[in-house]
Amino acid sequence: MTAAQTPPEVAQRGFVQQLTTSVNWRTGLLIPFLAVVTALIIGIVLIMLTGSSFGQAMDAYAALLQGSVGSVKAISETLTAATPLILAGLSVAIAFRAGLFNIGAEGQMLVGGMCAVFVGFSITGLPIYIHLPLALLAGFIGGAIWGFIPGVLKAKTGAHEVIVTIMLNYIALRLVDFFLKTELFQREGRNDPVSKTVEASAQLTQMLGWMNPALRVHLGLIVALIAAGVIHWLLFRTTTGFEFRAVGANPSAARYAGMSITKVYVLVMMIAGGLAGLAGSGQILGVLDRATPGFSSNIGFDGIAVALLGRSNPWGVVAAAVLFGGLRAGGQQMQVSADVGIDLIAVIQALIIIFVAAPALITAMYRLKTPAVSTQISKGWAS
Amino acid sequence: MNQASMPMPRESYELTGKRTKELTKRQIRKARISGIVLLLLSGLVMLVFVPAVSGVSTFGLSTPDDAIQLDSLAVPSAGSLWVLSSVLAFLGATQFFRGFQGKTTIILGISFGVFAIALMVWAASGQEFSLISMLVATVSRSTPIALGALSGILCERSGVVNIGIEGMLLGGAFTGVVMGSLLGGWIGLLSATLTGGVLALLLAVLAVKFRVDQIIIGVVINILVLGLTSFLTAQVLVKKPELNDAPIFAAVKIPVLGDIPIIGPMFFDQTIIVYGMFILIGSVTYLLFRTRWGLRTRAVGENPKAADSLGVSVAKVRYLAVIYGGMVGGFAGAWFTLGSVGRFDENMTGGRGFIGLAAMIFGAWNPIGAFLAALIFGFSESLQQKFALLNIPIPSEFLAMAPYLVTIVVVAGVVGRVRPPAADGQPYEKQ
Repeated sequence: MTAAQTPPEVAQRGFVQQLTTSVNWRTGLLIPFLAVVTALIIGIVLIMLTGSSFGQAMDAYAALLQGSVGSVKAISETLTAATPLILAGLSVAIAFRAGLFNIGAEGQMLVGGMCAVFVGFSITGLPIYIHLPLALLAGFIGGAIWGFIPGVLKAKTGAHEVIVTIMLNYIALRLVDFFLKTELFQREGRNDPVSKTVEASAQLTQMLGWMNPALRVHLGLIVALIAAGVIHWLLFRTTTGFEFRAVGANPSAARYAGMSITKVYVLVMMIAGGLAGLAGSGQILGVLDRATPGFSSNIGFDGIAVALLGRSNPWGVVAAAVLFGGLRAGGQQMQVSADVGIDLIAVIQALIIIFVAAPALITAMYRLKTPAVSTQISKGWAS
Repeated sequence: MNQASMPMPRESYELTGKRTKELTKRQIRKARISGIVLLLLSGLVMLVFVPAVSGVSTFGLSTPDDAIQLDSLAVPSAGSLWVLSSVLAFLGATQFFRGFQGKTTIILGISFGVFAIALMVWAASGQEFSLISMLVATVSRSTPIALGALSGILCERSGVVNIGIEGMLLGGAFTGVVMGSLLGGWIGLLSATLTGGVLALLLAVLAVKFRVDQIIIGVVINILVLGLTSFLTAQVLVKKPELNDAPIFAAVKIPVLGDIPIIGPMFFDQTIIVYGMFILIGSVTYLLFRTRWGLRTRAVGENPKAADSLGVSVAKVRYLAVIYGGMVGGFAGAWFTLGSVGRFDENMTGGRGFIGLAAMIFGAWNPIGAFLAALIFGFSESLQQKFALLNIPIPSEFLAMAPYLVTIVVVAGVVGRVRPPAADGQPYEKQ
């Protein structure tokens, strides 16, 4: 490994900097901030285009704010929504670091969540400190298996992970539909696809339930924060993490330095899948207590936005996830009290990614003097 | 700044040398794997299908209103399954021990065709299976996939990866239905096409001018369009259902040709969008490979630097190719609404854009190849529909998975054999 320590890092410093490590307040904070503000302004225009007045649009945003940070309950909802987003964001981010684009977090969440729910309802009589970790582990492994497939196909056949992961998302969705109708999973006496309920000993406990049972924020948040710490340590303090970043920066240089691209692709996709699997398990064990069709509800896709906004840095991902969690929680409130559809949040998120990925748009719009560099992660089909 | 466009001459020589060596080893392994797959399929036919059938399988070859009526084709179920499974076993064993080398793709195609026939014989055992209606549906269902692939080909031949086809389809489907409800089908079709063009302009500006990662832009286009159309559906279309009720293009029968048995209903009695697909496949093939514009586009996709030094404007060529590609994608989107049901539902394209991408790769970035690949996907979709009607004892979820599984197999199995344009996905910086 010693020979490997220098060349890729030296050769590719510019690239690595673009992605993250340099904590420049302009690229790290100002541009994401302006990106969010601009996206929200475009959101107002959009609401008004559907026939609402400016006042109604402002009411909608007031509801958005109220629903995300307006009360203890709102903050709890924001953190509850942020929990799976942190894990899904980490999943996409760690793959980005190795030069892979994991659009499959959605499917990995589904498979992981199904494994977790199975362990959660099928085993009884275990104490919580064994049952809960077991269920989470099952979720991690399920997601890792779903991540292994695109990783190994990419490494062995060159199949682009973007297409494979998207297809696996659809397959996972159908598999969930199928399994929820089997005797193994379906709740007794029900005809609709809904799984049995997770045992209390496998549920992620509500952390503030003693104050008010409506405060849904659960232990999964701690799990997510620990995961962020572990991923940060893995990426920046271990040889494996160095290999991930080296392969992401320049695969041929990494190969010449003696690293196994196959190993990195497979391993990183398994970790990414596992993290997404944990996100799915967190939803099952902490919020839903059972599985229903499509329980991942687009969180895996939002993870892409989270990873990009957080510049693939684990702590940046946490911050971005809290922001998007707020948008999600506030979006619910907006839909209920201002009658503006929650899909607006998806549009705002897409706009945020555009502005973060193309900072030149922001610098031109606000006449900033920062030299803007665009994000470049993938390298076409054949690499 | 961006390492993708940095030349590395010496390294790449060594790399290609190493790669070809690896490839032969890979090819042997691949031949083994595909051989085993074929043998397994043969076993499946012999051990699962044969015991389950009895009597004859009847295939309908004409629809009631055809001018020339063909008799239904009846074959003994078990006997033909034995024959088909032996063919599969023979092909599988040959592939396993010797490999078909250059002809592998064709042989694999034939084998899956044989398996598909076996599936149909099994499904039709003891009942009537309208083969003709399935073939007609195959051509219709392969239309958005073929057009999506064509959209990708136009973009990628110029060196811009377009993952946003799905979004362009969905956008086209949406504006198609809204404008179609307001001003009639033709205006709807035109607006769908323009919507694809506008989305492609976004892709082109970000990819060519701002040099943003093209895969990210594509994904963003998909998320953006899905969000926008869902938002507008919930905010506007639900409250004003008259905006979500467009006229449907009826099938137009071409005189004489439409009366040919089998071929007629399949190719000459379809909607205007299907005909549009045939015209576009033909004309884009001609434009790409027989005109100066096509040569320049392909040159920019292969080696933008060389094209630039000969005075071709890389940016202009890419803008044009991407916008044309987007318009094809938007046109394809109209198939979902104006070409079939006349109303828009959230996320109604259901991944067809991505399947189109797989068809593009399977077809080796060639319009005609992509059309043939799209036919396979269209076939698998309409087979699934047919099976759902025939009460086949396979859970519908697994049938619904089939196109996605086929896509993965295609992308994993074919991508090493075909070569994308050399500069695909790489932003170009004029020096």
